Amino acid sequence: MTTVASILHVLLALVLAPLLLGIVNRTKAKFAGRRGQPLLQAYYDLAKLFRKGAVYSRTTTWVFRAGPTVGLSAVIVALAIVPLGGLPGLGAFSGDVILLAYVLGLMRFMTVLAALDTGSSFEGMGASREVQFSLLAEPALLLALAALAVCAKSLSLSDIYGLLYAGEPAHVAPAAVMVAAVLLMVLLAENARIPVDDPNTHLELTMIHEVMVLDHGGVDLGFIQYGASLKLWVFSALLVGVALPLRTGQPILDLLLGVGGVFAVAVLVGVIESTMARLRLVRVPQMLVVANVLAIIAILWALR
Amino acid sequence: MSTNDLLAIRNGQAVDRSVCPVVSVDRFRQAVIESVADGARLSALLAEPAGDAGAARLMAVLARPSLGNLAVVACEVGDSYPALTPDCPSAHLFEREIAEQWNIRPDGHPWLKPVRFQPPCKAAKKGVAAGQTTAGVMNFFKMDGQEVHEVAVGPVHAGVIEPGHFRFQCHGETVHHLEISLGYQHRGVERALVGGPTGRTIHYIETLAGDTTVGHATAYCLAAESISDMHPPARAEAIRAAAAELERIANHVGDLGALAGDVGFLPTMSYCGRIRGDVLNLTALLCGNRFGRGLLLPGGTAYDADDELIAELLRRLDDVERDATRAIDLLFDNPSVLARFEGTGAISEELARQIGLVGVPARACSLPCDIRQEFPYGLYQFTQMPVCTWRTGDCFARAYVRWLEIQQSLAFVREQMRSLPTGPTRLDAKPLRPNKLAVAMVEGWRGEICHVAATDAQGRFAFYKVVDPSFHNWFGLAYALREQQVSDFPLCNKSFNLSYCGHDL
Repeated sequence: MTTVASILHVLLALVLAPLLLGIVNRTKAKFAGRRGQPLLQAYYDLAKLFRKGAVYSRTTTWVFRAGPTVGLSAVIVALAIVPLGGLPGLGAFSGDVILLAYVLGLMRFMTVLAALDTGSSFEGMGASREVQFSLLAEPALLLALAALAVCAKSLSLSDIYGLLYAGEPAHVAPAAVMVAAVLLMVLLAENARIPVDDPNTHLELTMIHEVMVLDHGGVDLGFIQYGASLKLWVFSALLVGVALPLRTGQPILDLLLGVGGVFAVAVLVGVIESTMARLRLVRVPQMLVVANVLAIIAILWALR
Repeated sequence: MSTNDLLAIRNGQAVDRSVCPVVSVDRFRQAVIESVADGARLSALLAEPAGDAGAARLMAVLARPSLGNLAVVACEVGDSYPALTPDCPSAHLFEREIAEQWNIRPDGHPWLKPVRFQPPCKAAKKGVAAGQTTAGVMNFFKMDGQEVHEVAVGPVHAGVIEPGHFRFQCHGETVHHLEISLGYQHRGVERALVGGPTGRTIHYIETLAGDTTVGHATAYCLAAESISDMHPPARAEAIRAAAAELERIANHVGDLGALAGDVGFLPTMSYCGRIRGDVLNLTALLCGNRFGRGLLLPGGTAYDADDELIAELLRRLDDVERDATRAIDLLFDNPSVLARFEGTGAISEELARQIGLVGVPARACSLPCDIRQEFPYGLYQFTQMPVCTWRTGDCFARAYVRWLEIQQSLAFVREQMRSLPTGPTRLDAKPLRPNKLAVAMVEGWRGEICHVAATDAQGRFAFYKVVDPSFHNWFGLAYALREQQVSDFPLCNKSFNLSYCGHDL
C-alpha cells in the first residue's frame, strides 16, 4: 500500500507540478487586485513549447543541447527519492540525502554549463550569480537535512521524515522550526523566487535564473520550465515534511495531506512574493548565510 | 564686469533680436562661466545661423534663480573656439551637439563624441572628416584589464521601451563606468520647425516627448504668444496649469508603480498602473485625448470645461487621491522596498549642480530648482507652488520627491478647478512679429523644459531650439551608476525615467 502511494506521489507530482506556478501566480494576482492568468497557464505554455522546434546558435556545442535534458532527468531522480510527509520516497535507500543534494547540484551544473556555452555576456553574468548563490544555498540545504538526520538518527531521507515525529514532538519541535525556516529560504533561493530572483522580470541585467536560459527555445525551454516546476515540488515536499507534523499512518491519507501541503507552500510563496521586494543582489548572500547559521544551530540543538 | 554683457529677460518675454548682445568669444566664455559659478544654470547653448550661410553664432541662455530672471548672450565663432566644458561641465553635451550639428569644434573638449549621429546642418570644410552618422558607431570608453568585462545593452531591449545603447565597464558586479549612446529616435524636429509656424507645428511640439505633451505645448505656446504679443485669458491659463499638473500626477504615479515593479513589489506596481490610467482619463475628460493632445493652442486652449465636467473631474480626482495614497503608502511602508531604494544610485548635491541636473533628480539632491517657483509663468505667477526636495540624492529620494509632488499637484488641480476664472478660453491667433527672440521655460513633469525661438524678417521661425529635461539628466544617470551594482541599473534608470525621443528630437 505504501509503495502504491509512493508511486502515486511521483505520478501526481509529474502531472500537478506545473499547477504550482499557476497557484503562485493566482495568489500574486489576488494581492495585486488583478484577476490573473488562468490556473493552467503553465500547461498551455508547455504544450506550446513542446510543439515548437528549437533554434541553436552556431557557437554552441552539445553541452548546450544536453543541458535541459540532463537537468530534467536529474530533477525526476530527485522526485523519485524525495519523501512527502510520512510517505517514503519511491527509491529510498540509506544515504539518499547525499544523492538528493547531488542530483540537484547536477541540474544546476548543466544549466550553468549550457549558459556559459552560449558565450553571451548576459548568460555568463547569470551563471556567475547562480554559482555564487548556490555556493551558500547548497550547504544550507545539506546542513538542514543533517540536522533532521541527527534528530531521526538515520541517513535515509524517507526514514528521517517518517521517524521525525515518531517520538516526543517537544524533542524535535525547536530543531524542526529552524529547519523549516532554512528550507523555506533555500526554496526561495533555489527556485528563483522573490526576494532572491524575480521570475517575471524582463530586465536582463537583474536576472539570475531567467538570464541563463535566454537562448533556449522550443522543447528545450519546455524541459527547463517543466524541470523548474518539478524542482519547486521537490523543495516544497521537503518543507512540508518538516512543517506539517501530521503522520496518519494511512499512506493514501498521508499522500493527500502532503499534496495539500505542497499547494499550501505555493500559496505561501505567492504571499511572500506579493509582500516583499527583491533583495539587492549583494544582500542575497547575507540571507543565505543566515540560513546556514540557523541550520548549524539546529544541528547543535539536535546534538545536545 | 562681464555680467554686463548679459541681456536680462523674463521667462516668456520676447525681445528684438538686435538687442541680444554679441560679444567676443573670450567675454562670452567669461560671462557664461562666471554666471554658472554664481549659481546660474546653463539652460540652453545653441548655434544659430547668423547672416550669410558661412558664419554662425553661439547663444547661451542662463537661468538665474537668485535674480529671478534669465539672461542671453551671444558671440560670433568661426570653425572652432575654446571649449566651455573644462570650466563649466554642464555645457558638455551642448558643445557636443553644436560640434555635430554645425561643425564648430570646441577646442579642449574632453569628451567630443557624437550625440545623435545626425548629419551636420552646415557642410564641413574640405579636409575635415564628416561626423559619424550611423547611430551607435563610435569609440566607446573602454577599461583594460584581465578581470574587466563589458556589458552592452540595447538599442533593442527586452521590454517595450525606447531604443538606447548602454555600455557598462564592469569588474564583477560593480560598474565602473556607464556610457550611454542615444540618437536612434532622431527625427529632425528642430529643423522641421524652421520656417514655421505651420499647421503641423503644434503637432510636432506635442510629440517632442509624447509623455510631456502638455509640458512642451505650454512652452511652445508661451514662446509663440510672447513673440506675437498675445496674453491668453485667465481661464485658459488655469486649464493649462491643471492639465500640466494632471500630466505630472499621471507620470509620477506611473513611475512609482514602475519603480515598485523593478524591485519586484507587485501590489504597488499593479495598482499604480491602473491609477495612472485613471489620471490620463481625467486629461481625456478635458480634451478627449489621454495625453492632452489638441488641448493647447497659441492664444489659449481649444476646449473649455463646463460645470458638469468640473464636478465629474473633482469627483474622480478624489478617487485617484484615495487609491494613490493607499497604493503608495504600501510602497514606502515596506522595509524591503526601502532597503532596496535607499543608497542606490546616489548623487551628491555638488555633482548635481556641476553637471546641471534639473527636475526631479536635482530636487532629490536638495537643489530647489523648479521653474514654477523660480521663473513663474502662466497661472503660476498668481499662485504658489511649493518646491519639493529631499536630501539623499538616491533612488529613494527620487521616488519620494515624486510622491510629494503628486500630493502638491492633486491639491493644486482641485483648488484651480474649484475656482476656475470665468471668461473665454481662447483668443484668435495673431501672426508672429518679425525679428524677435523669446525664451520660454516650463516645468514639465521631468523638469525644466526650455524653448528658444527666434523669428526672421517675415515673422517665420529662423530657428527653434528645444531643450528637454532629459538632455540635462542623461549624464546624471551615467554618473549615478558609478561604483554601483550592475543589477541596480534598471532601478536607477527607472528612478530617472528619462525620455529618449525628447533627447534625440
